[in-house]
Amino acid sequence: MTETIIVRSARLSDGTSGDILVRDGVIAELGTVSSPADRVIDADGLLALPGLIDLHTHLREPGFEQSETVLTGSRAAAIGGFTVVHAMANTSPVSDTAGVVEQVQSLGDAAGYVTVRPIGAVTVGLEGKQLSEIGAMANSRARVRVFSDDGKCVSDALLMRRALEYVATFGGVIAQHAQEPRLTEGAQMNEGALSGQLGLAGWPAVAEEAIIARDVLLAQHVGARLHVCHLSTAGSVEVVRWAKARGIDVTAEVTPHHLLLTEQLASSYDSRYKVNPPLRRDEDVRAVREGLADGTIDIIATDHAPHPVESKECEWEAAAFGMVGLESALSVVQTSVVDTGMLDWADIARVFSRVPAQIGQLAGYDRGIAVGAPAEFTLYDPKASRVFDTSHLHGKGINSPYLSTTLPGRVIATIHGGYATVLDGELVDAETISRHSAVQSGAHHG
Amino acid sequence: MRHLLSTRDLGRDETIAILDVAEDMAGVADREVKKLPALRGKTVVNLFFEDSTRTRISFEAAAKRLSADVINFSAKGSSVSKGESLKDTAQTLAAIGADAVVIRHHSSGAPLVLAESGWIDAAVVNAGDGTHEHPTQALLDAFTIRRRLHGRAARGKGLDGVAVTIVGDILHSRVARSNVWLLTTLGASVTLIAPATLLPIGVREWPVTVGYDLDDALAAKPDVVMMLRIQSERMHAAFFPNAREYSRQWGLDDERLATLGADSIVMHPGPMNRGLEISAGAADSAKSTVLEQVANGVSVRMAVLYLVLSGTRLAGERPATNERTAS
Ligand SMILES: [Zn+2]
Repeated sequence: MTETIIVRSARLSDGTSGDILVRDGVIAELGTVSSPADRVIDADGLLALPGLIDLHTHLREPGFEQSETVLTGSRAAAIGGFTVVHAMANTSPVSDTAGVVEQVQSLGDAAGYVTVRPIGAVTVGLEGKQLSEIGAMANSRARVRVFSDDGKCVSDALLMRRALEYVATFGGVIAQHAQEPRLTEGAQMNEGALSGQLGLAGWPAVAEEAIIARDVLLAQHVGARLHVCHLSTAGSVEVVRWAKARGIDVTAEVTPHHLLLTEQLASSYDSRYKVNPPLRRDEDVRAVREGLADGTIDIIATDHAPHPVESKECEWEAAAFGMVGLESALSVVQTSVVDTGMLDWADIARVFSRVPAQIGQLAGYDRGIAVGAPAEFTLYDPKASRVFDTSHLHGKGINSPYLSTTLPGRVIATIHGGYATVLDGELVDAETISRHSAVQSGAHHG
Repeated sequence: MRHLLSTRDLGRDETIAILDVAEDMAGVADREVKKLPALRGKTVVNLFFEDSTRTRISFEAAAKRLSADVINFSAKGSSVSKGESLKDTAQTLAAIGADAVVIRHHSSGAPLVLAESGWIDAAVVNAGDGTHEHPTQALLDAFTIRRRLHGRAARGKGLDGVAVTIVGDILHSRVARSNVWLLTTLGASVTLIAPATLLPIGVREWPVTVGYDLDDALAAKPDVVMMLRIQSERMHAAFFPNAREYSRQWGLDDERLATLGADSIVMHPGPMNRGLEISAGAADSAKSTVLEQVANGVSVRMAVLYLVLSGTRLAGERPATNERTAS
């Protein structure tokens, strides 16, 4: 038995309003619904967005469970309005074999809050020396389609070429963390006037742009598909725009924090603002917003990177790179590109759900909220406003750059696989979720 | 003054007030009993995460002349290098009852993090952080220049119109950064001379003149030439080809020394690489203030420790939260 849910009077991202009937895991009716239901959600004034899909999430399990687990990261995702996350491969052991990616996937299934899609490592141990068993991961139960050494760049040009060619064999895509390693040795923050004053070693824009330029040319040469992770500079936007104009098969993502925050925050030496790639200049923030608005940048992805408190409670250079981002993502996107009039909610549905699904080759997200589509959506109150604090964080990490700042919007409910993972702005308890999830997988496979 | 973290936050009046207190402290050094009871009962911890015997003994002498108790905590090679965090160390020092922590750290910004952490309530004095700042060095350099120019009549004066040329590894130098902010605040004009590899990106936005050619800079007859130490590891990271080439282009040799004006002075924060960035002749000449800098360092550090531990509010001192905006 699965739940029947009626969502009353939700506004869809196309501007229309109406009820949504969820039955047997799919959207059964739209418009004015009069059927009986187990649960009625009043969505008057709320926006219904298709389930958000994060193509770039660090879930840390296996190996770094003190930072995050698949369960805690899934909860952080659900409260952020996500129904799918892609788990990055820099686990321990590294997700470079069928065994590890299947383990991550089944941990995700067991948790039940979101669909967890493992990303496979491009190279063994993320060491950039030898291709990992890409075919075995692609053909495993996890059906991996996205491969990345994220955290490290596949900097060897020949290895990158081979990886681009080889994943084409399995219909996959390489998601590149673009960072020329020699140009960024010891790098701490964006290189510019400010890094010079603060005495922090610079991470120059050219170290990102040079790799993207090389990779789009390689992708063109071998006729392969490339995805650029967390693009952060104005120059990178120009390179990708140029590549797309030439017909090169490239997609790019930007993080919420690169859409909102600038390097000025590093002046405090507060390590919550230490992230890789680093926060950039005002003009870079403007350029990535424009790139997202004009389609040069295809998607938003969080790069959610939880760390234990002690990894951030220290001097800047000793601190770990990374910020948590799942719980705040939609609010940060609203304040940076929606409230500024650069994108509308239909655009957000595209860049945060439909296109990430295409890149990750996930079925069911091509039509958004439509009759017959899987029931994967979130109800969001864009008129809400909150002082963001640790009570809004539901993963293990509290390394958020937004603590004590006022953010707009709030996720009120999230529906995944036909059942609610978030109701009344609160997570549904883990037991209820795993019961639903067991029923759900039984219905699919049995 | 609550802490001394950087010279970038110091205003002109405040800086002159610190230098004037240092003049008073210098008077103590001339007495037969070189000791004041001002900080009796106060505990000063020298917390050094990086070796620097010169800076440590200067702070130690300063604290002792003011009758403070001094604890030297060399964090290098201790439990700290085995993973104890800055936080744990700070909390330990708080438990010991440190009133002031003089911190030398390899990580830029560590003194600010310590001061704002809430881990310890002590006054924090930055004794050099990474490639960021070394404020007491800049204060002692300004003090030294002011004394050379004005002798016993230095009190109350700035450095208006004084031309200072700083030569060498600007990129990695906390001494250069602290001096740029402090000397310009006092009215001096600062020129930076280095190979392009050793100048930070964005240096042209600093309130300075930037050049590559030492001979051109010396031809302008600066009042002060400050030579920075070149570290040998820079040679191995492709910042310049080798010591001989560096020395020929950017070293203060005897020939260049001879071109300097009669009243100009030669400074070096030490320790010197004689024969590399400075010749023995230049280091030992009458123009050299190297030893005065060491002596003045004690007076300036006495002034700073006195001011942060007595809680004296200086003329023109700004609230700690009032960040100076970019120039
Ligand atoms: Zn990355």
